[in-house]
Amino acid sequence: MDAQTSLLQRSRWKAWEPAIWLIGFAAPLLAAQHSLIVNEIAIVALFAMSLDLILGFTGIVSLGHAAFLGFGAYSAALFAKHINPDPTLGLLVAAATTTVLGAACSLTIMRGTDLTRLMVTLGVGLILLELANKLDWLTGGADGLQGVVMGPVLGKFEFDLQGQTAAWYSLVVTFVLFVLMRRLVNSPFGATLMAVRDNRLRAMAIGIPVSARLAVIYTIAAGVAGVAGGLLAQTTGFASLDVFAFDRSADVMLMLVIGGTGWLYGGVAGAVVFKLLQDTLSAITPQYWMFWIGLFLVILVLVGRERLLRPWTWFGKKAKQS
Amino acid sequence: MLTILFDGIAYGMLLFVLAVGLAVTMGLMNFINLAHGAFAMVGGYITVLLMQRAGVPFLACLPLAFLGAALLGAVLERTLYRPLYHRPHLDQVLFSIGLVFMAVAGFDYFIGSTQQIMQLPEWLKGRTEIGSGDWILGMGHYRIFIIVVCAALTVALQYILAKTRFGSRLRASVDDQRVAAGLGINVNLVFLSTFAVGSGLAGLGGALGIEVLGLDPTFPLKFMVYFLIVVAVGGTSSITGPLLAALLLGIADVAGKYYIPKLGAFIVYCLMIVILIWRPQGLFVRKGGK
Repeated sequence: MDAQTSLLQRSRWKAWEPAIWLIGFAAPLLAAQHSLIVNEIAIVALFAMSLDLILGFTGIVSLGHAAFLGFGAYSAALFAKHINPDPTLGLLVAAATTTVLGAACSLTIMRGTDLTRLMVTLGVGLILLELANKLDWLTGGADGLQGVVMGPVLGKFEFDLQGQTAAWYSLVVTFVLFVLMRRLVNSPFGATLMAVRDNRLRAMAIGIPVSARLAVIYTIAAGVAGVAGGLLAQTTGFASLDVFAFDRSADVMLMLVIGGTGWLYGGVAGAVVFKLLQDTLSAITPQYWMFWIGLFLVILVLVGRERLLRPWTWFGKKAKQS
Repeated sequence: MLTILFDGIAYGMLLFVLAVGLAVTMGLMNFINLAHGAFAMVGGYITVLLMQRAGVPFLACLPLAFLGAALLGAVLERTLYRPLYHRPHLDQVLFSIGLVFMAVAGFDYFIGSTQQIMQLPEWLKGRTEIGSGDWILGMGHYRIFIIVVCAALTVALQYILAKTRFGSRLRASVDDQRVAAGLGINVNLVFLSTFAVGSGLAGLGGALGIEVLGLDPTFPLKFMVYFLIVVAVGGTSSITGPLLAALLLGIADVAGKYYIPKLGAFIVYCLMIVILIWRPQGLFVRKGGK
């Protein structure tokens, strides 16, 4: 099988894929009272997929991805509040500003070890948190940015209290970006990213411009995360410091790991499982659900990320660790 | 001005004791351990609980905090950490974040989320002032105590690392595990004891720092960044690197918060990013090595 057919085969739509999206789009209609959580899942799924681009496909460990989510959220909210309440326009602005920010930040992740990259990404997130906190004349500081009123989507569909419009709006945006990202990772460009992830030195040796690839994918991932942030701010009509918090970056990493990295549906599956788990667990122990998440993480790593989520490998011969 | 410098040095020394264990274990095992702050918190809570509930004097609590955290570190190293040394960094990050979350929620559940307050003994309260006018130097007695203890620890650590047999084994294992093991050094034992001592030092630092840094269940999350900055900026190949980085961080943080309170921790983070872009392996790196 030559390279072209193998790439094409991977990019072909499987039979179950449209089914998943149909279920997603039907959810706000079938269970209208749960529209808000559907909306939330769509947004975090988009956010998780954007992290997957850099973590799963390119192998950059980032602990500050929430920086872009937060930046997108604040740009969308500020744009809606001061300039124009149209959601689509706001989303474009959020995407544009975070893409610029991502391009600037991509310079910081080129050099050094995993630890350096971890620290730099974490640092960017903290700086933005600090900025949003201190520039209180613009962002409302610790109280959050209030009084964001959104116009109707495309001038027709008003956001309703139940959240049906919001859910569909987020689903559509997530779906469009998903199709684009799917196209991207299955292209020859995506294949070079995975080559960089697997062995940077060899990738360089066969002529892949590693730094340029890292810069491009980091910028794209930032832009997508910014859109997720924009959706979050628009559908809740609110932006608070919490969008920059370290927990967000850790949570999204956890989602991705639950669903499986290096696989766009990993982000979707992780987001669904994580949000439902969070809902159930925090209903039982509102204050201490962090403990269960921590325990889950520890067990997940000790058992092995690959093994825990594939029960059929539990009783077979232990896979050889490489 | 001198007072700020002095406070900064005390703060930096404290950070050094807290983070030195992390630097050594990270350099030794190439393990990204975000849960280091949890050991410091354990030391802090041991001290607070012993003093409040059992009435143990402050000085007696410090060795107990060290021992408690060291014991916990040894147990965890043997059971949980060791299988993960050769895993990808992503696994290590996830695992240690998981531990931090568990520690935060666990202490919250058993002890409560309030800020713990420590009653200092009489002889550590108060201040001494030297000089006058612009050059006045006000030294809190407790800060002097911190500096003295931490300086003594630093000298002791440097001595152990440079002069003793254990120190040379440790350095050999850091430089090249496989060759060290081939020479008959029990690398696993070296790892275990280093991890335990590192955790113990964190515990001691946590105990000393209750008065300065505060202590509540979110301690490991709040100070994780500071420990990591010390390690990332200082490099992991020596102890002088983290020491200088910790002093720099301490002084920059105290001075920044005093002179430009509006910017807060902003300066420290910017400084860190600039330094890491400029020297990705840290400021003080020994040439050669791994």
